[in-house]
Amino acid sequence: MSKKLIIFLMSGRQTPDLAEAAVEGGADLIELGFPFSDPLADGPVIRRAAEVALAEGMRTKACLECLAEIRGRVQTPLVPFVYSALLEAYGYQRFVADAHTAGAGAILVPDLPLDAHSELERIQLVAPTSTDERIRLAAETTDGWLYLVTVTGTTGARRELSSALAGLAARARQLAPPGLPLYAGFGISTPEHARAAAEIADGVIVGSRAIEVAEGGSDDLRRYVSSLRAAIDASGS
Amino acid sequence: MIGRKREERSYRLPSSPAKKTPPAESRGLYSGYGGRYVPETLIPALDELEAGWRAARADESFARELNELLANYGGRPTPLTLTERFCPQKRIYLKREDLLHTGAHKLNNALGQIVLARRLGKKRIVAETGAGQHGVATATVCARFGLDCVVYMGVEDMRRQRPNVERMQLLGAEVRPVEIGTRTLKEATSEAIRDWITNVETTHYLIGSCVGPHPYPEIVRELQAVIGRESREQILEREGHLPEAVVACVGGGSNSIGMFAGFLEDAEVKLYGVEAAGASSLNSGRIAVLHGARSLVLADEDGQIADAHSISAGLDYPGVGPEHAALRDSGRVTYLTCTDDEALAAFERLTKMEGIIPALESAHALARALDIDESLLLVCLSGRGDKDLDEALAHLRSQA
Ligand SMILES: Cc1ncc(COP(=O)(O)O)c(C=O)c1O
Repeated sequence: MSKKLIIFLMSGRQTPDLAEAAVEGGADLIELGFPFSDPLADGPVIRRAAEVALAEGMRTKACLECLAEIRGRVQTPLVPFVYSALLEAYGYQRFVADAHTAGAGAILVPDLPLDAHSELERIQLVAPTSTDERIRLAAETTDGWLYLVTVTGTTGARRELSSALAGLAARARQLAPPGLPLYAGFGISTPEHARAAAEIADGVIVGSRAIEVAEGGSDDLRRYVSSLRAAIDASGS
Repeated sequence: MIGRKREERSYRLPSSPAKKTPPAESRGLYSGYGGRYVPETLIPALDELEAGWRAARADESFARELNELLANYGGRPTPLTLTERFCPQKRIYLKREDLLHTGAHKLNNALGQIVLARRLGKKRIVAETGAGQHGVATATVCARFGLDCVVYMGVEDMRRQRPNVERMQLLGAEVRPVEIGTRTLKEATSEAIRDWITNVETTHYLIGSCVGPHPYPEIVRELQAVIGRESREQILEREGHLPEAVVACVGGGSNSIGMFAGFLEDAEVKLYGVEAAGASSLNSGRIAVLHGARSLVLADEDGQIADAHSISAGLDYPGVGPEHAALRDSGRVTYLTCTDDEALAAFERLTKMEGIIPALESAHALARALDIDESLLLVCLSGRGDKDLDEALAHLRSQA
């Protein structure tokens, strides 16, 4: 089975074009950021992108419209990445319903511990600091795949692939139900990182670097995603 | 819609045999406020902190060590001063947290948390600061115990509380300027939490108020409750009965919750919290999530956090501790507001009439003490005003 490539983009006017370019470049799934004013899990690049998006008026409703527009253009799964503050204001169940209507599958909430709002179906995240007990709970309750946060830290490109990924992935493999896909994200930015991460996990998530590249437009993003795709496909499997 | 069906088929586990509903998260809630709205990365650290806190509370040696520090390093108990000329028609007692070492109530919390952090084996401390009082208290206890100390502070607050920046640096702390967003306490807190997320294994986050994810609101409240305990004893000794009302300013809410803790059970004592008019989460906020907790917050209808505005850096914060939100809903505490100008007038009045220069934060409580109905009052003078001289004088001169 080929490894998956997930590209994170921030909601915005240009995002449907960018999403199309990312999929043309070989993305299997688009994670769509809903900007929040105080994003604790995010490093400088995504934080700045959120500020720009908010200044553009990308509030929850506008982001859902953006999602629907992307849905009309690409066939890959779409995953909203949304902070709990927005869900609190919008209504958790109402958000899930409207996101589904707009074309999303599962949702991802970076600042909600996996045992909070248990009625909410979502993709769970685990980190190198997670105990075995919590990894097991995350794996048992996640919606489709498990997000391995490769670093102890916030989002943002790193120079090297985190050395913590291998250990986390090994623990998750042991604790998760057989066959649950494990995708690795946070800090992955170069094709070399992507390739190395794909040796370990079932998929690779690229965020901050994709956002920086996307500032140069769709063509730049398409080229960049193709380079990630090629690197992942070359990973030994 | 077609796309959605397809992805469900390919991205859900085929049978999801082991999928089960996780247990409800019920800890750290005050009538539904509070909780832990943080990345999963932090959960083990919060669990460790909570376990360490419970163990410390059950261990007499923790209380002994902390009480010794509070008394012989901090200068507790702080006095209760009856004002003479500030408001002659009322009997207003001031709880003198301004006389505590470093000049504000913040030291009560910093000392308690540093003893806890040492028990947890942490070598590095991060903190946020607004007025700089919490930063100074943290830098002080880190100097005392030889721990590395990083304090995040918005550049706007570094400008208006410059003496405290210099104090922190002299004490050996690294003050990291925060240049994003509002450049005040809200952003400094976010940055401190991001630092903690990144260095969680070695670092204790020494939060400065009763905000943040569980168990912080509880820890800070219990460490500040010494204010209320002492005050209750002192006023009973001086007056022979309880005050009609207790008044304290509310930023994140730590000096007020510590003071109120001594009187919550005394139904005959009215409790007043005073917020800055431009930062009044309890009067004009809505339910939202900020810095890891669900509480009342200045936010818009989408849940985006709004900017607060106050002359006093320590009150210039759009959120408030979750217990205050619950106390507002229950009606046990009445939350009032105070404008910048009213606070400045009270600042000047206490200085001229009593020879006590209050922190601008505390001046908010003083201003409302003058005009509420009750007349035997206890006011928390949470800190001294040396840090505010430049800012206050500039405003008072421009008014003249
Ligand atoms: C002297 C003083 N009082 C009050 C406050 C407000 O904080 P809290 O509401 O947590 O007591 C501050 C905060 O910096 C302060 O320095």
